[in-house]
Amino acid sequence: MLLAVDLALIIEKLVLIIVVVMASLVIAMYTTFAERKVAAVLQDRRGPNRAGPFGLLQPLADGLKLFFKEEIIPNFSSKFLFVLGPGLAMLTAMMTSAVIPWGDKVELFGRNISLQIADINIGILYVFGVVSMGVYGIMIGSWASNNKYSLLGGLRAASQIISYELAMGISLIALLMVTGTLSLKEMVVQQQSGYWNIVYQPLGFLIFLICSFAECNRTPFDLPEAESELIGGYHTEYSSMKLGFYLFSEYINMFISSVIMATLFFGGYDIPFVDETTLTANTAAILGVLALMAKVVCFIFLFMWVRWTIPRFRYDQLMYLGWRIMIPLALFNMLVTGGVILYFNK
Amino acid sequence: MNITTILFILLSAMAAGSAIMMLLNKNPVKSILWLIVVFFAISGHYVLLNAQFLAVVNIIVYAGAIMVLFLFVVMLMNLNADSEPAKNYRLHLIGVISGGSLLLVLVSALMKMEMQQPVQMKIGDAGLIANLGRTLFTDYVVPFEISSVLFLSAMVGAVVIGKKD
Repeated sequence: MLLAVDLALIIEKLVLIIVVVMASLVIAMYTTFAERKVAAVLQDRRGPNRAGPFGLLQPLADGLKLFFKEEIIPNFSSKFLFVLGPGLAMLTAMMTSAVIPWGDKVELFGRNISLQIADINIGILYVFGVVSMGVYGIMIGSWASNNKYSLLGGLRAASQIISYELAMGISLIALLMVTGTLSLKEMVVQQQSGYWNIVYQPLGFLIFLICSFAECNRTPFDLPEAESELIGGYHTEYSSMKLGFYLFSEYINMFISSVIMATLFFGGYDIPFVDETTLTANTAAILGVLALMAKVVCFIFLFMWVRWTIPRFRYDQLMYLGWRIMIPLALFNMLVTGGVILYFNK
Repeated sequence: MNITTILFILLSAMAAGSAIMMLLNKNPVKSILWLIVVFFAISGHYVLLNAQFLAVVNIIVYAGAIMVLFLFVVMLMNLNADSEPAKNYRLHLIGVISGGSLLLVLVSALMKMEMQQPVQMKIGDAGLIANLGRTLFTDYVVPFEISSVLFLSAMVGAVVIGKKD
């Protein structure tokens, strides 16, 4: 038979994809709300409190406002690329979630359903590949705007992401030497039975954390959209929902990189101090998802805390930090890890 | 026709089509974007051969890093169809002759090749990372190390050029 496929498997994966995508969108939506509330708390204000109880409907109001704003495409820009830019930014932000293990297996309708869309044996490299694609959304949009400020913002974003990708990759290599696997699922399983990877790789985690701040264009590394020097940065010419896509993809990136950090270094869906084998499969899975989300919320709060505490770097400082401090530090970490593994013949 | 064949035909059409689009486009930025599509199609071929590691490294290194640098340079120089000087006919002729002779060599090499089962579809596991790493560090360790020395010297060269003043 041509195209013989397991229909139930396809339906199962489709439902999982829809749930994951919707969940990341909703979480990103409420991250924008949380960001404004956290900023308000740190600055001794009240924050948004008009739309709905405690201002909970604020993200919906923001979204609606963006939808109804006038759509402007500059005359001298390349129209197709101008629309492609924000689309690509959003697409690459959503694609990373495919290899993340959100939880263990659940039993539904007599089937064992894994809460991971695809367990490919190069999981972490896939994430890396998609992240390296993310820069195109910004670069294409900035070039298609036909505006000098946009172009400068786009070039800054590109050089920043390339520079920090190196240190991030090298810190990951050290982690891979410890775990001996590229599959995210297997890493979580290892951490469930042993210690979390943060114990083995504290320096690697620090480097990874700083680099993911830079990769997400978050303060103190938000030079691509430094409004005091570049107006709006790469999205100066964008309006309406196309602008919304750019802003929104930043929050999705933040969410996804929090998930990745929790998975790589903090045990993923592992519940601390609990032996999962004593629970039934479904309870363990649901509690595991909740544990992962709790870790993610901590990371997202850290992202916001840093944003409202530390001022922006100067551009040369950013490059200095990336090339002269982070990369040598990551190389040192890799060498020490290799030496220790060799010594103990692990 | 099974699903692998269908995918192979689709990916090949995608690769060839976007390569042609890359050549035909007057605008260098759009050419680069088409070239990125070509790399994606080639990575698709790697996945069909069950060489997932090669596929993703192709994306990271070529589509992700090298093409970003290309785009960077083209955007900074702001090249476009209007500012590019028109080439004269002699240059066109030289281009056609050299390109044609390359085509001739490639076609004759392909004609001589014996048709055989060149790769194992689906069952092959030579491209998986564990096997690839083992092969690289045992059977091919000398060429591997020599090429890494070559990379190192290129990096040192880049630093020297960058530190000139």
